[in-house]
Amino acid sequence: MTVQSAVRRGEVTVRDLSKSFTLNGRRLDVLRGIQLDVDGGEALAIVGPSGCGKTTLLRVLAGIEPPDDGSVLIDGRPVQGIGTERAIIFQEPRLLPWLTVLGNVSFGLQVRGTPKAEAESRARHYIRLVGLGDFESAYPRQLSGGMAQRVGIARALTVQPEILLLDEPLGALDAMTKLTMQEELARIWREENVTLILVTHDLEEAIVLADRVLVLPKEKGAASRVIDIDLPRPRDRSEARFVAMRRRLMAEFGLH
Amino acid sequence: MVSLDTTSLAIRSQAGTAGALLGRSTAVVGQTARRYGLLAGFLLAWQIGSTYGWINPTVFPPLDRILAATWSGVAGGALIDDVAISLQRSGLAFAAAVGLGVPLGLFMGQIRSVEQALDPILQFFRQTSALALYPVFILLLGLGEASKVFVIFWATLFPILLATIGGVKEVDRKLIEMAATFGASRSTIFRKVVLPASVPSIFVGLRLSATTALLLLIAAEMIGANKGLGFQVMNAQYNFQIPQMFAAILLLALLGLSANAALVALQRRLCRWDDAAR
Repeated sequence: MTVQSAVRRGEVTVRDLSKSFTLNGRRLDVLRGIQLDVDGGEALAIVGPSGCGKTTLLRVLAGIEPPDDGSVLIDGRPVQGIGTERAIIFQEPRLLPWLTVLGNVSFGLQVRGTPKAEAESRARHYIRLVGLGDFESAYPRQLSGGMAQRVGIARALTVQPEILLLDEPLGALDAMTKLTMQEELARIWREENVTLILVTHDLEEAIVLADRVLVLPKEKGAASRVIDIDLPRPRDRSEARFVAMRRRLMAEFGLH
Repeated sequence: MVSLDTTSLAIRSQAGTAGALLGRSTAVVGQTARRYGLLAGFLLAWQIGSTYGWINPTVFPPLDRILAATWSGVAGGALIDDVAISLQRSGLAFAAAVGLGVPLGLFMGQIRSVEQALDPILQFFRQTSALALYPVFILLLGLGEASKVFVIFWATLFPILLATIGGVKEVDRKLIEMAATFGASRSTIFRKVVLPASVPSIFVGLRLSATTALLLLIAAEMIGANKGLGFQVMNAQYNFQIPQMFAAILLLALLGLSANAALVALQRRLCRWDDAAR
């Protein structure tokens, strides 16, 4: 107990994690022998070629999928399914079309039994934080893709998780919106003091947001590599060190 | 996107106040003419054709005589009893079908094994015409109210049931997963995700059933009834009271229109978020 109180909240430890699926009667290894340590308040990006299991890893961390083997610990306690200290942001906004922006953002708190008035007042704070203060009473069909994704982000933040899990959250957005949203996510992470674990296939996005990048190999069981992004924040994409870091990450994938 | 919409709306409304009121009322008249012009033309052709004998006025009496017969039937109270009993029969059956079909459909749609076990028998019943089964219901329940209400109930149950099951089954799994990641229990997911998501398709079933209810009502009242609008249509025809026959038909049409309008209004209220309902 004394050890736990010494560590910062939102610490994630993964040991010997394995996960396989059965597809058409064949066993398909998705993750094998994964080790991972994420400090409380850290921002970690997980990148890797498609099929490397990065989304599956995130879903196991979220508690949506149980691991076959190995363990996931959060603040030293083993994870059992979904937990209130974690929130996940999906690639699609997954908004409820019959609720307004306010209804969607306060949804997470309301299903946890927070009284409506309190849930809404907390939701309003995060709606303003993602820049949608004027759209509280808009319905999802009235929002653009970027706005809808902001609502999804605000909904996850409103439950004040220790750990924010993001599964390619900007993958479906157009290039311009994506750039803006990357900067906003970086700002939100700084302001909210939350552990951030981001799955992405966008190397630049990983460098803008993360303290460290975990590169998952395609071959199952091969060692994964962790690269420190020791660049000052906020990060400047045009800076020489940023460009050098990008080149280095691309080299990890055999690209030049 | 939205901000753009509001700007263009603002510009449009400014143009509206700047422009003459005349322009707007012309637009309304034009819209009404487009929507109801054909119907008005049809009624006018009927009236003129019948008055001048271009169509057989004994089969198609002029509209003023039909309206007069309707008025005297309603004002004199002769047709009111028929409307009341018809409403009672179809309303009772429809309410029972909703009361059973919606909860059962919500349950069946959620539990795959139940749905799979019941689907073949449901499909079989659905494909068996309720009218073909009417003699069976008469044998079982007699020629009174029970068999009439039951045959309407039977025919209206299946559209509601199948639409509800379909609605529940088509709820986006990703929304359910999203709710689960916030720690929502099964019953919370049902109340806050599955139920609201199913409402639009439940309404499709309700509207289909309302139409079916009136259809079956007429058929049931044509066999062994001595009251009701369906009976009046048949009775007036036997007695060659053609305006009275059309009066009963007109009232049936109005009944159908108002049932549908009530459901549409309710649907608009409950599904403001749904594009299809607007």
